[in-house]
Amino acid sequence: MTSTLTPVRSKRSALTKGQLPKYAPYVVLAAALIIGAAIMALVGFNAFGWGIVSALLFAIGLVSWSAASEGSRKAKDKLATCLVVGSFLVALLPLVSVIWTVLVNGVPGLLAPGFLSTSMNGVTGVYDNRAVEEGAPVLGGIYHALLGTVQITLLATLISVPVGLLTAIYLVEYGNDGRLARAITFFVDVMTGIPSIVAGLFAAAFFFAVVGPGTKTGAVAAVALSVLMIPVVVRSSEEMLKIVPNELREASYALGVRKWRTIVKVVIPTAISGIASGVTLAIARVIGETAPILVTAGFATSINSNVFSGWMASLPTFIYTQILNPTSPANPDPSNQRAWGAALVLIILVMVLNLAARLIARVFAPKTGR
Amino acid sequence: MTATSLTTTQGAGRAGDKVFSGAALAAGCLILAVLFGVALFLVVQAIPALTAPSAEIQGGEGFFAYIWPIVIGTLIAAVIALVIATPIAIGVALFISHFAPRGLASGLGYVVDLLAAIPSVIYGAWGAAFLAKEISPAYNWLAANMGWLPIFQGPASATGKTILTAGIVLSVMVLPIITSLSREIFLQTPKLHEEAALALGATRWEMIKMSVLPFARPGIISAVMLGLGRALGETMAVALVLSSGALTASLIQSGNQTIAAEIALNFPEASGLKVSTLIAAGLVLFIITLAVNMIARWIISRHKEFSGAN
Repeated sequence: MTSTLTPVRSKRSALTKGQLPKYAPYVVLAAALIIGAAIMALVGFNAFGWGIVSALLFAIGLVSWSAASEGSRKAKDKLATCLVVGSFLVALLPLVSVIWTVLVNGVPGLLAPGFLSTSMNGVTGVYDNRAVEEGAPVLGGIYHALLGTVQITLLATLISVPVGLLTAIYLVEYGNDGRLARAITFFVDVMTGIPSIVAGLFAAAFFFAVVGPGTKTGAVAAVALSVLMIPVVVRSSEEMLKIVPNELREASYALGVRKWRTIVKVVIPTAISGIASGVTLAIARVIGETAPILVTAGFATSINSNVFSGWMASLPTFIYTQILNPTSPANPDPSNQRAWGAALVLIILVMVLNLAARLIARVFAPKTGR
Repeated sequence: MTATSLTTTQGAGRAGDKVFSGAALAAGCLILAVLFGVALFLVVQAIPALTAPSAEIQGGEGFFAYIWPIVIGTLIAAVIALVIATPIAIGVALFISHFAPRGLASGLGYVVDLLAAIPSVIYGAWGAAFLAKEISPAYNWLAANMGWLPIFQGPASATGKTILTAGIVLSVMVLPIITSLSREIFLQTPKLHEEAALALGATRWEMIKMSVLPFARPGIISAVMLGLGRALGETMAVALVLSSGALTASLIQSGNQTIAAEIALNFPEASGLKVSTLIAAGLVLFIITLAVNMIARWIISRHKEFSGAN
């Protein structure tokens, strides 16, 4: 009995012989952190540099240990793992940094009195100079921009959703994968890649030609945003309509229901959660677009509640103009504060829309019954 | 009696069917019309700039002398973005598809998608206010130690608002695009290929090198092309970050300009011939991105037909 057990044990040790012990990464990590701290203490300590140096030391240490005891193949594997994990951590840096920057700079702007309820009408450089030199509160707010963003985005949604949804219905229900359907699919994909500023220029050129040169209103911006929004709506709705089971359609036809009634009463309600979340994501995508609004709606400082006439402000263009052309060129700080406050509001809006899309998809998902 | 009532209801239903399918068809055709309309209206509005005497165009040497430095600038910024973003994006995609624990993978994918959700103007503001300031010591170092390379020729910009900073911001913006597309392709790798490689004793990296990457190569190429399309057309990151100027080879001095930023900076105040010059520049950008996107989509569709995944 013992004679049968011992060879098994020795075999296992032969298999694990060329492997690093389980605790190896932790040992190397601890060593890398300590040596990294020591090196940084010599150069001048900062947390970011410490992280980078330690990560490099960790990778070098683990790979060379592995090369010494496990051989070059395992060492290459370790190196690849370090690089892949490292690239993920590197990709997180800008995300964390952007959100941190917006939070730190944006909170004072957001907390300024009247920030959400006043416009920039009548706020001139004089007030900003006074705010910097005498410590008066920073005046001006984003009410006009918020109003503009909501109106322009709403109008764009009203244009894009029917067109996008009907196109998706054509592709899935009527197209039969014919030549026209394939052409539409291809060009919708191509349209996804249109630069946003070109969409803005198109809307501007269209209205310049049809209405008259220099036409800049909220409606023009809404058309520009629709060009960006329609392909997103088409793609997401198409995917959702495709996964509606054919049995549902066939059951409806078998009851003698017309095709269009089937689509309206059976297919769309089944897919509605996916469609709604796709639309919400599309809104989240266009609500932050700056360039198309800049060339189509200009930028206003006062409240304009009519999308069909006059220049209109929006949150992204507000941020852009406040940073690039501060209200008081001598003291740009109040303008920056307003811009970051608006950026915080915009990022909150986008994040809420993204979360809402996920919630809609989950809560209104069709019950499968199984 | 019953027969007639039956036919009338059928007639009504048929009309509904026709209206509905007609509306769906019209919506589909509208999209094609819009895309052709984009090209058409851009061309119509651009013609005055293309035919105007060269002295009247900004710079005084004609449209092509005006456009080519900013085309080169656009390409420089996009290439910087891709050189930085591609390896990192492939690493992140591999991490999510093959390295991260299963339970975490979709959550991590969502975190990367958040990068895509942040509006471009906020990236621009971040690049101008935070990144440019933090990175300018690195530029000074590059100018001092690598200055013999034309692209790192000093003196480095004191504000850090250079084409390299703009390229880095762009790389952050194209990263989620390349990542999410590559991730999809990596996940489509036939499981049997992966398991066969592992069964032959391959390490995880050898398995990825032998089965995942060859399978995904066309997908990665098209993902990078789509990222290129985004980087070429991105406006705000460049408009806010770059302090623009004439075309220069050095990446760490202020200078260079991209088409999209040129339009955004000048269009709001432009009038007359300047408007059509900028629209013509937009047309050039449209043609470049259209070509890039169509090639990418063509690679994807070809890949779909011939891949073993289906």
